Formats: sequence, C-alpha cells, structure tokens
Amino acid sequence: MQAGIGTPTRASTSSLLATIVSQDDSVFSHLAEELTLVADYKAETERLIVRMTMDNNWVPFNERPEWDNIEPMPQDDGPNPVVPISYTKQFREVMDYFRAILAKDERSLRALELTAEVISLNSANYTVWHFRRLVLEALDYDLEEESIFMESIAEMNYKNYQFWQHRRWVAEKRGPVAVPDEMKYTEVVLNDDSKNYHAWSHRQWVLLTLGGWEGELEFCTKLLSQDIYNNSAWNQRYFVIMKDPSRGGLQAMLESEVQFTLLAIHQAPANESPWRYLRGLFKDDKLSLIRRMDVITVCLEQISDDESSVHALNLLLDLVSIGYEPSEADSGTLNEFVGIWSSPTDLAGRLCARLENLDAIRSRYWAWRRTMLPIATRA
Amino acid sequence: MTTFQLEKHVNYIKSLDKKTDFDSVVMEHLRMSGAYWGLTALDLMHSLNDMNGEEIAAWILKCQHDCGGFGGNIGHDPHILYTLSAVQILALFNKLHILDADKIARYISGLQREDGSFAGDEWGEIDTRFTYTAVLCLSLLKRLDSINVEKAADFIVRCRNFDGGFGCTPGAESHAGQIFCCVAALAILGALHHVDRDLLGWWLCERQVKAGGLNGRPEKLPDVCYSWWVLSSLVIIDRAHWINKEKLRDFILNCQDQERGGISDAPDDAVDVFHTFFGVGGLSLLEYPGLKSIDPAYALPVDVVDRVFYGQKN
Repeated sequence: MQAGIGTPTRASTSSLLATIVSQDDSVFSHLAEELTLVADYKAETERLIVRMTMDNNWVPFNERPEWDNIEPMPQDDGPNPVVPISYTKQFREVMDYFRAILAKDERSLRALELTAEVISLNSANYTVWHFRRLVLEALDYDLEEESIFMESIAEMNYKNYQFWQHRRWVAEKRGPVAVPDEMKYTEVVLNDDSKNYHAWSHRQWVLLTLGGWEGELEFCTKLLSQDIYNNSAWNQRYFVIMKDPSRGGLQAMLESEVQFTLLAIHQAPANESPWRYLRGLFKDDKLSLIRRMDVITVCLEQISDDESSVHALNLLLDLVSIGYEPSEADSGTLNEFVGIWSSPTDLAGRLCARLENLDAIRSRYWAWRRTMLPIATRA
Repeated sequence: MTTFQLEKHVNYIKSLDKKTDFDSVVMEHLRMSGAYWGLTALDLMHSLNDMNGEEIAAWILKCQHDCGGFGGNIGHDPHILYTLSAVQILALFNKLHILDADKIARYISGLQREDGSFAGDEWGEIDTRFTYTAVLCLSLLKRLDSINVEKAADFIVRCRNFDGGFGCTPGAESHAGQIFCCVAALAILGALHHVDRDLLGWWLCERQVKAGGLNGRPEKLPDVCYSWWVLSSLVIIDRAHWINKEKLRDFILNCQDQERGGISDAPDDAVDVFHTFFGVGGLSLLEYPGLKSIDPAYALPVDVVDRVFYGQKN
C-alpha cells in the first residue's frame, strides 16, 4: 500500500532530528513507564529555563570574564538543515560553551561547573556525564561533594540511566563507606516510586558489590506490607533469599517463606506475584509441592471462597498435572466445584475448561493446557 | 471498528522534520535512535522511498568515532545503542557496504566482559540490553565470530528468573523489555533451548489486561510499546496465539491520533515517534493488512533482513 503522498518530498539530513520525545536515551529501555514522566521532566526543564531567564543573577557566558578565552561552538546539524532549530537562548549558549570545552578537552574546575549547568538543563545527555567523570578524575575531586551534587539534582532524575550510572560510578569509587548513603537514597526513591527499576537494580548492585545485606529482607517485608502487589519487592525478596550469604540459602529459608507467601495469598488472592513466588520456592523440587498440605489447603480454600480464583485453579491444575491426587476430603471440595471426575486427567480437563471460561482473554492458553493432557499415571 | 491511518502516520513522521520546538533540542543526543524508529516505521508502511538515503547515510558516517562506535548525533560520544541504530538504518537503505564492518566489530567485541556480558560504552554500565545490541549488530555485519558467543549466551541465562522471564542483570526483576532483548539475542545465537517457552509464554500472556493492551510487569498499566516487546517475544518462542490478538489490535488502533497521525502510549495521550514505531511494529506482527512484515528479533522489516542474509531484492 502506498502512502499516497502527492509530491514526494526529500527529507534532509536533519529530518527526524525532532523525532524524539523521550527523555530516555535508549532503544530498548524501560520506556513504558518512564515516558509518562517525560511531560513532568520537560515541564521542569522549561521552568528551569524560565527561572534562568527571569533570574537576574544568571549571567550569560559571554559576559563572564572567566569564559573570555572560549569561542562557543554551535551544534553541527549536518549539511543544509531545512530548518535551523530555534534553541532557547540560554540553553543554546550553555550547550555552545559545552561543545567548545569538550572540543578542547579542558578538564578544569570551570568545566566541572559548566557540566553541572548542562546536566541541570538536559540530564539525559550522556556525553556531558562522561565528560564530567573525566573532569572529576582529572581534578581528583572530593566524591562526597559529588554525592551532594547528585542529591541536588536527584528528584528529576529518578528514571534517568545516566544519573544512576553516575551514582554507581561514584559509589564504586567511594567503596563500602558509601553503603548507608546508597541504601538510604534508594529507599527514598522507592518510597516515591516503589517499582523503580533503576533503584532496585542499583540496590542489588550495592548489595553484591559493597555489602549491606543486614535488614534487606525486612526492607522487602516493609514494602510488601505497604503494597502486597509490588512485584519488584517480591523479586528482591527472592534475590535476598538466594544471595544473602548470611541466610543459608533457599533450604534454610523455605518454611518461613512458604508461610509468608501463603499469608500474602490470603490477603490478596488475585495477586499473581505470591503465586509465582511460591512456584519459585519449589522451582528445583516441584514434586515436593504435591505433598504440601498447607499449599493445597490454601488453593481449596480459595476456590471455596471465590469460584473465579484463577490463580488457585491454575496451581491446582499444575499440581494435578505433576501427580497430585486429591484425598477424599479434598475431593469433596473439588466435586462441588467441577463435578465428579473419573481420573486425574478428567479432573485436569475440567479445571482447564473452567479456566477457559473464567480467563477468557487467555482462553487459547488454557485450551493448550488441555491438549497437554492426559496425565501420565504415576508408576 | 477503528482503522489504521497509514497515510496520516506517514505524514506525521515526515512532519517531525519541520519541528523546531524545545523537545527536539533537548533530544539532540539520541537523534540516531529517533531516526531508526521513524525510518523503520516508514518502511513498514511502504514509504521509505520518500526519504533521502544518501543524505542520511552521510550524516550517519559523521557520527562515527575513530574507535568504530557511533554517537547519537554529530559530536556525541560513541555508545553501543547508537551503533546498532546506525547499522539498522543503513540496513534499511541497503547501504551496509559503506561500513567498515571489522572496525565496528572491534569496537563491540571490546565491550564484552570476562563474564560474557556487554557494557554500553567505555564507562561500563552492564545490561542485557547491550548483549542484544551487540549480538544483533554483529549478526547484521556478519561478525558474530568476533565475540565469545557461548559466554554471551551464558550471561543471559544467568539473568533468567524463577518466573521464566529475564532482567537487566542476574537477579533483577523480569521485565518485558529485557525479556525481548534476552529472547531475541538467544534466538540469533541459536540458543533458544535455554528458554522455558511454556513458563515464559504464560508470564508473557499474563501481561494482557482486560482492555486488550499489554503491560511490561505485573500490576503495571498497559502501554503500546509492550505491544512490541511482549508480542515479539511471544512470536520468537512460538506462543503468540496464547493472547487475544484482536483485543490487542484494537488497543493499538485506539491509541492513534485519528486527525494528525502518530500513536501514543495509551488512548488519548500525546503521540510520539517511539510509540508510533512500536504500535506499527506490533500491528505488523499481528499481520495487519497493508503493512510489511517485521522480523521479531532483528526489529527490521523481513525483506530487509532477507536482503542482508540472502541478498534478495524486494
């Protein structure tokens, strides 16, 4: 199908310059949620520029004596840009001086201050962060000072890759002494945005690289008590169970984790996270799940309470599929629910049929599950 | 039913050419990726011929550094993400031959770490996004032999979670965007046997919400870009039939700006080129009439990928 453009217009090299609305700078980033913040980010930056314009204290670079010897350098937009970009005056000037300093590779204190101005205007520009690190290294700059700078610009950068990478670089240079700051900082971010992928990743990196495991499980519990649906906190919980060297691994933690998870299921049966977490706990020992009366009881309770409990039905289906054969008492509950069945395969088929109805949007998935039957009889 | 406004979307993308507003200035540093999104969407809509490949190629070469990597624009530092975008754009225009493939391969292989992972640039941020980027780029350049592919796959496997999904580093939460990167990279490396297709397929199809759209993690809102990340992953592992395609199609169509063209993240939001690309890409995977087919792993039109590997003319 042709687009039906009347006269083919040749786009210039600078076409598509404007094609970006994302604050983020990667093709494959977690842009979905980030993009919702872009509007805020832009508004914040625009306000900043307005403030700079209004602010009588802001001195244009061409009026600052210490910048006398620098010739500003405009962006090279390639040959014949169709439309020259109408930069905000201050923004353009800051960028032009930055390009000039970059071209000279001047690693000085005034360059450091300039990068701070650029970052406050456009913190997603990765080149300025790179250059700032070179300057920090060249000046052997006090990294605690740098942490303070990071705090001052933190709020508009919760979802900025460059910001977090810089933070990691500073923390790594500072070493274990940075742990309390990093844990505190990520907690502040997570209080504001409890599923922030960058903050969780940073926290995991700190734990693995610099330590700070004490209290991490309790931190997960606290966040889950605030929002039991927080899948990020469930993931962190699994991370702690598996990697905290002081906890003895999954085997040592299994019982208390199963109990914690079953309680969470009671609290919010429609929450997919604890159901998956439960499977995760038995990932390498699936068969032992069919002997867990506490798990089976929770499933049966759920379907008794709510016939449309997809997650409970799904786990029951999984259990039947790997060899669970209901006791007489359990059979009573199940009979009420799916009718009298003749074999495990028949029971599983009835569960699939029920799920196909209840979870219609995924009916093809449940239909596929049905094709996986019959269940092999246990030897 | 809402229909696909092909002509308006084409005009929308081309109109970005004329934009001079503030956003475009702030985003100058990632122009390369923006160009990839816009140009690939145009190609899927059979409208790439309207663009001047010669001029775009000349600009791309100006973004290359001596190290072999490309920046997001002229004068910006090299980064693996923009290097891939540059290679993808040149593939669209059938101009890969103007590149020094060995030079780019040296740049990318230099970013591989001992554990098989890849850094995004000299500063060393590690992320499975960069593994995908490296693998895809080298595959298009036919230089996969310049890295340790076994270790690259091993690192991805270390990022696999108990729910079947993948995160950015070992232990990080499963996220549809990362899953796409990991699954597509494994597909290109011929290592899909590391994926538990049924477990992951179930997680992915659980991303479909009642409104028909897909989210990227549990309890998140649906967003058009996941129409790409979730659906392409499902296609690669051959489980796309597990979701309700009609409802997803309608969700994407409802995110169009019916008057001015472009696609947004969710109904009634402002459009942008990023979501326009992923919306068009998602519809292409759904075999929407009038669109070229897109390759779910290479994120390029199938005829472009065929031309790279088999020299076929479209």
